Amino acid sequence: MDEQDQSISGGNTEHVVEAHDLTKRFGKFTAVNRISFEVCKGEVFGLLGANGAGKTTLIRMLCGLLRPTEGMARVVGYDVVHHPERVKFSIGYMSQQFSLYEDLTVAENIRFFGGIYGMKKKDLAQAGEEMIRKLRLEGIENRLISTLPLGWKQRIAFSIAVLHRPGLVFLDEPTSGVDPVTRRQFWEMILETAREGFTIIVTTHYMDEAEYCDRIAIMTHGNIAGLDSPENLQSQFNVSSMEDLFWKITRERETADSITGI
Amino acid sequence: MIRIADVTKSFGENKALSEVSLDILDEELFVLIGPDGAGKSTLFRILVTLLLPDKGHVLIKGLDVVKDFWKIRKIMGYMPGTFSLYPDLTVEENLAFYARIFGMSLGENYPLIREVYEQIEPFKNRPAGKLSGGMKQKLALSCALIHRPEVLVLDEPTTGVDAASRKEFWQMLKKIQREGITVIVSTAYMDEASRGDRTCFLHKGKLLKAGTPEEIRESYPFPLYACRSKDNFALLKALRNEPSTASAMLYGKTIHYSPARNDFSVGTFLSDLEGTGNYGPIEYRKTTPSMEDSFAFLSKQ
Amino acid sequence: MKRFLAFTIKEFRHILRDTRTLLILFGIPVVEIVIFGYVVTNEIRHVPVVILDKSKDVTTQKITDRILASPWFLEETKVKSEKEIHGLFKKGNVRLAVIFGPDFEKRLMTRGNVPVQVIADGSDPNAARLMVGYLNAIVLQAQKDLNKGMNTTGRLFIKTRMEFNPELKGAFMFVPGTIAMILMLISAMMTSISIAREKETGTMEAMLVSPLHPLQIIIGKVVPYVVIAFMDAVIIIALGGAIFGVPLKGSLFLLMGEVTLFIFLSLSLGIMFSTMSSTQMEAMFLSFFALLLPTVLLSGFIFPIEDMPVALQWFSALMPARWFIVILKSIMLKGAGFLYVWKETLILAGMTMVFLLVSIKKFTIRLE
Repeated sequence: MDEQDQSISGGNTEHVVEAHDLTKRFGKFTAVNRISFEVCKGEVFGLLGANGAGKTTLIRMLCGLLRPTEGMARVVGYDVVHHPERVKFSIGYMSQQFSLYEDLTVAENIRFFGGIYGMKKKDLAQAGEEMIRKLRLEGIENRLISTLPLGWKQRIAFSIAVLHRPGLVFLDEPTSGVDPVTRRQFWEMILETAREGFTIIVTTHYMDEAEYCDRIAIMTHGNIAGLDSPENLQSQFNVSSMEDLFWKITRERETADSITGI
Repeated sequence: MIRIADVTKSFGENKALSEVSLDILDEELFVLIGPDGAGKSTLFRILVTLLLPDKGHVLIKGLDVVKDFWKIRKIMGYMPGTFSLYPDLTVEENLAFYARIFGMSLGENYPLIREVYEQIEPFKNRPAGKLSGGMKQKLALSCALIHRPEVLVLDEPTTGVDAASRKEFWQMLKKIQREGITVIVSTAYMDEASRGDRTCFLHKGKLLKAGTPEEIRESYPFPLYACRSKDNFALLKALRNEPSTASAMLYGKTIHYSPARNDFSVGTFLSDLEGTGNYGPIEYRKTTPSMEDSFAFLSKQ
Repeated sequence: MKRFLAFTIKEFRHILRDTRTLLILFGIPVVEIVIFGYVVTNEIRHVPVVILDKSKDVTTQKITDRILASPWFLEETKVKSEKEIHGLFKKGNVRLAVIFGPDFEKRLMTRGNVPVQVIADGSDPNAARLMVGYLNAIVLQAQKDLNKGMNTTGRLFIKTRMEFNPELKGAFMFVPGTIAMILMLISAMMTSISIAREKETGTMEAMLVSPLHPLQIIIGKVVPYVVIAFMDAVIIIALGGAIFGVPLKGSLFLLMGEVTLFIFLSLSLGIMFSTMSSTQMEAMFLSFFALLLPTVLLSGFIFPIEDMPVALQWFSALMPARWFIVILKSIMLKGAGFLYVWKETLILAGMTMVFLLVSIKKFTIRLE
């Protein structure tokens, strides 16, 4: 059954993420409420939402870390309920702390993360070399991560997250705390990577960053309140900036909801 | 007034602040913006008398941060980057505690914090550790305000908070300012740079620019255009290869492009460029620089 | 004062709310007492002895030589009467006395069975048992030689009497040790951790910029631990008495005074450590490895100081617990008054002053 599953759909679908009525409840609290959406191959997909809207829960389910209460989701062709281990092998992840080991060197971090994703020694060496060349890190492979500037760490963390060529990359607030130039350079890097065919889901609190995404989903109270390209959403909600859009969706609709008692 | 004059501070080899000079007016809402590690927290800790400057001096309403630190501590409210709450104490206990260590009762300054505190009051018997990020932030703000300080210093109060809650937080700060309190806030979010009366940009321990949002936007020295084409990446590379280009950076779905000269004919230049690559038609329009454009320019200098 | 009270109340809240730690704070002393009361192993060397020889003949000289030639015993002083021996014991100068009655040799030749009278310090029951055991072996050996040389049928035997702890109860030794350890644990470790916790959560920053004086913060921090530590000391003494019948011969008032002194000493140590560490983890490791381990190993609590290499003996003199244990033993088991423990008390008081001065100096009004 497993073999068949893999041969039919393993890592080769147009829709990298397919979620149907995905639901997660903690006791009486519904963190994610019957969410359905797709993410296409090569897409940069932004996930926005107020604190506590359910973004983190949704991402954890998609990463195979949390079991959905109801509904299903396929990530890179694998069912997150039945094959969470395969899901984990097929995705890359970078969080706001950049998820690098500060007390290891650049090369050691590369070897470690390549190793835990089961990369073959030869592939890993090759991919590592290529990454060092691409980021122009020659000569500093043996420096400790802790001695590098924030912008470098960020780019290294991202490159390591895509080192094993995952079918889907999660970026969780990847740009928090960096300076404006570094931030724009980082987005250049994300978009360039997406052009190579990588699919990327990114969360951010910077509204202007949402404009780099092909499509965005804005979550409120466990639901997706809006999902489209940034331009279309702005015209759909009749606003002229992402910030106004976010305000309208997360605040004004909220009050409307509470008045009508939904 | 707060006068910061030539303040320098090093930690071992690492120079956290170098020769920072800045005046902050009374009852001003002042924003200190800069990436992580720029020296924001160090500067704030010097202001609130927790650190001593290596060089230079700081006067807060005529009081010296080194000599008169006991007096300064009585008129300062400070919210450190880590929210400074006791997670095992309830919301109410935290607030009462902060009131008492300043020798005040809870009721004394309640009107000042009422608006902020009312939002978390329904949870007043909940341990502070079990609050959501936004509620913790509001409680910490209440605690820093409960003794009615003359100067309120907030170190990155909005980090990790969503855009809508951040907007609300700034609205609260405006109201606090109207109570006659000088409010000084640091943030790493560029979009908050224009929320204060004046802003300064700190980068690698140096103060790059201080002024009103308008002054900072106008300090951008080049004309700025937003361009887009079928293939922004190829266009970006092409623009960067031109010697006449001062700056070209992706900005959402567009490229923010600046020629180095003011009298540059952008229209001819771009239509010439159209023929050289596979970009399709290049749309462009003149646009006003954002705070971020200015800061990006300054930090590259 | 009001602000200080606010701080102390907050501190009590932290402690009372953390039920798990609270359980540990009051559970550990009980468990320790029971464990240490039953588990005993010891080894001794160079025990100071006094020999009272009322006979002064060849045989007693031979036995004396044998005793003093062994690695276990060292002659401390010579005395003329039993009365003097008693005084030496009370001061803790000797831990074993050997008494030969008058006309020892003569009686051995004529009457047969002759006792060698032994008085041992029973406040350390394991050591006492070992001392008597070794002495017995020496005397038996002497008997063999005597029988060979003089061809007598007379027999030597040992008549033992225990000073202070006649029934040789093992737990007696461990009650003072456990008190010392628990007080150290609660006062030093818990305060340093709780101060480090405030540094970690950032609340210390907010406290420092407030008009609270550092002294108010420190004292506010330690008051609850003084109370808890004191309660623990009472629990241990009561348990020792109830389960193992450990007596309290001296003055309760004096005992509690010394306990309080030791609590202050441990607290000042804890504050000193907290000024050196910025995270709870650091504070914990520091107090554990720099404080608890040496206290357990070097204070004479488990391993007799007499058996340590000289360097370690010197080092053990730096352990506050060593002096405190001596004080406790003297008061509880020997019924000694202040006159007998004033030296140790002075040492503890001196140490407290030093630690307090260092920590007040190091507990800065700023972050650096």
